[in-house]
Amino acid sequence: MKPNDTPDDSLRAAPQADEGFTIAGRSYASRLLVGTGKYRDFDETRAAVDESGTGIVTVTIRRVNIGQHANEPSLLDAVPPDRFTILPNTGGCYTAADAVYTLQLARELLDGHPLCKLEVLGDDRTLFPNMPETLKAAEALVKDGFDVMVYCSDDPIQARILEDLGCVAVMPLASLIGSGMGILNPWNLSLIIEQAKVPVIVDAGVGTASDAAIAMELGCDGVLMNTAIAGARDPIRMARAMRFAVEAGRDAYLAGRIPRRFAAAPSSPMAGRIV
Amino acid sequence: MESLTIELNGAAYQLGAGATLHDLIASLELVGKRVAVAVNREVVPAPRWGKRALCVADRVEIVVAIGGG
Repeated sequence: MKPNDTPDDSLRAAPQADEGFTIAGRSYASRLLVGTGKYRDFDETRAAVDESGTGIVTVTIRRVNIGQHANEPSLLDAVPPDRFTILPNTGGCYTAADAVYTLQLARELLDGHPLCKLEVLGDDRTLFPNMPETLKAAEALVKDGFDVMVYCSDDPIQARILEDLGCVAVMPLASLIGSGMGILNPWNLSLIIEQAKVPVIVDAGVGTASDAAIAMELGCDGVLMNTAIAGARDPIRMARAMRFAVEAGRDAYLAGRIPRRFAAAPSSPMAGRIV
Repeated sequence: MESLTIELNGAAYQLGAGATLHDLIASLELVGKRVAVAVNREVVPAPRWGKRALCVADRVEIVVAIGGG
């Protein structure tokens, strides 16, 4: 460009910010969803949640310890429902009946708010979803007025069935819960993303920032993680890394990656070489 | 005083005869806390605790939200 040329402002303007995504009629700027398990204490939980930039935080429902001091701090004081969308899960449930019961209690606990994360597990070793029980629970919950986000296998047929049942988001695993093995089957995830009319959230298996970026580059709507942040040596820093990774991955998806090619293609022009 | 035995969060628990669900929650100092309660797997909203008399072998569940993914 010569000195007197006017720069083309349309090229200079920063790319438009990501539009975020919508679940059950509510919009979220951040495409990162985080869990609250495995932190040292509630202060660390809140610091990591803040650093991640998330708007949706998962919690789990458990029996209160009878006889424990009633005034001890509660998670929902650290992560208040008026600041974050609280997503109660059914972690630890192995039957549809237990999952439905757990979420009915959760709805009561959260003043009737209907958004929930359904997960019905198959066994202890894999924590893989038990899909027949998951489908049964999803159907009952939708009928009961819940907005169901559902942890599921990375099987496009199961995902479609869940969507047809009325789930508001499908959440296929990237790899086993807590394994940190990353995105093991990007092709299946792509099939699910390509067909889905509800948001697709990659749930479980993320180990580090690049995994989150890869998930987002596939075109999913968001990523849900817990252990990858809470289990890192420095959870707060990892929360920030995940925020950037999810943003970078989304931007890369929107920008459109170059095609892969077998042979090299020079970046510098071949014409005018000094040879 | 006569007593009755219920199941509270999976363990046997003794109460005075005629106690309501509200009496139980109050004795545990959980009134006004963020808890949800079910009896025999049916959720009982807080406004109805006072009307729900507890009977022998009722299974009461009191839950809270804790950290989880």
